[in-house]
Amino acid sequence: MTALIPRRVRSLASLAEALLTPHGMDRYLELVDPMLVRREIRGLVTAVRKQTPDSVTLTVRPSRAWPGFTAGQYVRLQVEIDGVRRTRCYSPCGSQYDGELEFTVKEQGLVSGHLNRAIGVGSVVNLSTPDGSFTLPATRPDRVLLIAGGSGITPVLAMARTLVDEKHPGEIVFVQYSNGPADALYRTELAELAARHPGLRVVHAHTHTEGGELRGFFTPEHLARVAPWFRDAEAYVCGPKPLMDAVREQLGERVHTEEFTPPALTFDTANAEGQVRFKRSGRECANSGKPLLEQAEEAGLSPEHGCRMGICFSCTQLKTAGRVRNAKTGEISGEEDEEIQLCISVPVGDVEIDA
Amino acid sequence: MTGLQDRLTPAQIEEFGRELDALRQRIVDDLGQEDVDYIHTVIKTQRGLEVAGRALLFAGFFPPAWLAGVGALSVAKILDNMEIGHNVMHGQYDWTRDPALSSQRFEWDTVAPAENWRHSHNYIHHTYTNIVDKDRDVGYGILRMDTAQKWHPYYLGNPVYATLLALFFQWGVMLHDLEVENVVKGERSWADNVPVLKKIVRKASRQVGKDYVLFPLLTGPLAPLTFLGNATANLTRNLWAFAIIFCGHFPADVESFTEEETASESRGQWYLRQILGSANISGGPLFHIMSGNLSHQIEHHLFPDIPARRYPQIAGEVRAICEKYGLPYHTGPLRKQLWSVAKKIVKLALPQTSPSPTTVEPDRQLRAA
Repeated sequence: MTALIPRRVRSLASLAEALLTPHGMDRYLELVDPMLVRREIRGLVTAVRKQTPDSVTLTVRPSRAWPGFTAGQYVRLQVEIDGVRRTRCYSPCGSQYDGELEFTVKEQGLVSGHLNRAIGVGSVVNLSTPDGSFTLPATRPDRVLLIAGGSGITPVLAMARTLVDEKHPGEIVFVQYSNGPADALYRTELAELAARHPGLRVVHAHTHTEGGELRGFFTPEHLARVAPWFRDAEAYVCGPKPLMDAVREQLGERVHTEEFTPPALTFDTANAEGQVRFKRSGRECANSGKPLLEQAEEAGLSPEHGCRMGICFSCTQLKTAGRVRNAKTGEISGEEDEEIQLCISVPVGDVEIDA
Repeated sequence: MTGLQDRLTPAQIEEFGRELDALRQRIVDDLGQEDVDYIHTVIKTQRGLEVAGRALLFAGFFPPAWLAGVGALSVAKILDNMEIGHNVMHGQYDWTRDPALSSQRFEWDTVAPAENWRHSHNYIHHTYTNIVDKDRDVGYGILRMDTAQKWHPYYLGNPVYATLLALFFQWGVMLHDLEVENVVKGERSWADNVPVLKKIVRKASRQVGKDYVLFPLLTGPLAPLTFLGNATANLTRNLWAFAIIFCGHFPADVESFTEEETASESRGQWYLRQILGSANISGGPLFHIMSGNLSHQIEHHLFPDIPARRYPQIAGEVRAICEKYGLPYHTGPLRKQLWSVAKKIVKLALPQTSPSPTTVEPDRQLRAA
């Protein structure tokens, strides 16, 4: 009997879809309440709080298509600013077992600035399915080293909270780097988390002021002092690039990182050759040597995009002919009908994109 | 023969093109929340009318409810096709990056699949506007709408074909994408049509299924009334769309062009052709909305990708530019334009008729010089 119900609901839903062709059910449901959508993922902001003057923490209840996430992953969050939907990636920082999502956003740039200034309780945002491979392995390591710098705390905090919810039996050390106590996001929450879970030790490292257990930027001694077993641990690091590089230098391949800082990309605009054709729109231009996203925009198209640095995959489109260089890796690819990220792909000669 | 190229001097055509480019850029720079709010209001109204219309037909045994239902559904279908579908699929709202307003993803409430139509309309018609033998919207491959089209006894049926096209307009637009006349001429093979046909079958069966099977069945004993109601709404939309579109392109003084004179056009010459090849329909704000602002066909043909709600705002300026360069700006009320189109359809059924305007008008030339 229970097996019959979902089937009946499904056939009712498909009947409704057929009746509401060609627009589909969501286009009607959203007019009643934007959160009623079935296919798209939306998020309703249920709480807004300020932890620091230059950041905001949002609690977001996702709509029913939300598939859940794995601690450490990120989602593409979209807000409408002056009529235009803008996208940026954020890592939810709650436990993966929470029903609601939590985002802490530092006030910098267009989208993050907007989230800090203009979003209130009751606002609705668009969400993507979660993405990213910066996650704990299914078999949790006994010893876990979590290192966060600045707003890089978000995916790492999600891991800590998830491990605490799982009653992780091993040792966890959470090192948080911040300028000083006033900038340390989630200070209270981390203290409460450590109080709840004896296996978790939280260490504050202040780079610019006294008062933390550690002082200054990351050094190997920091690890020796707070986690003498660090050579047996798996380390998860997110923060400024120098921090991640310094930890990687110490721990090598046991370090897992999430890169949100843009890699330095170089473009050769002087020796560009060939034509770039955007098939669907019929536009064509001479290859300028810049990334395809910029070339598309210069040709008058406005392809969907997000980070512009090869992280979020919002701008992925089908390349139907030609070769492109990946500006991040330098790799050249000439496969036919291949999905490429427009923001970091530079044409090598003639290229055709299905856009 | 004086051609399109001789209408303005090279310096004039360049300046004329620059003025229109600047006008477009000013609007593009100004796009924002108001435009998004506007289209959302229209969408909300359309969806509301559609739901109300469908619901009223469940009470179709009561004649006023049936009439009101058909009325609401007709208006919903007109808004969906004209002010929403046509304009969204032109990319007028692509800048919002809202998938529901994306030209590539939008699908409209008519049997013609969006993807086929984007090719035949956005690309072919808007690129080759009124070039006889290239713009397939000149006569839709069925009618003789221009003296440059060679007469054949087949065209004696012109008024009949036009009437049938008006009644079944959505089916005409759908079949238009098959380019049957090009297949007959041997310029296109049936194999080329397979993907087009597949989309047609899929889309048309969904539309027919919804209007003529599912909704009638849902109303139980009222099925025949619901069927009739949906058919009437489709018919109303067909007649309206036909009227607006034909008045935008086929009144008497609209000009047509040859492939030779348009062979190597500059941006300015392309703009010039769009103005000479289109006609506006005058009317009030509600009329403009119901026509998808295609009552501003001239502005639409100049700037097909800027939101249509902006056309009334710039119409005065476009008209002033036309006057400055001594160019005609065809416009008139619906009844006048319809009459003009009807006369043309009947006249062109016969071989001997006075030529429709081409670009030979030396007296008007260089007036702005």
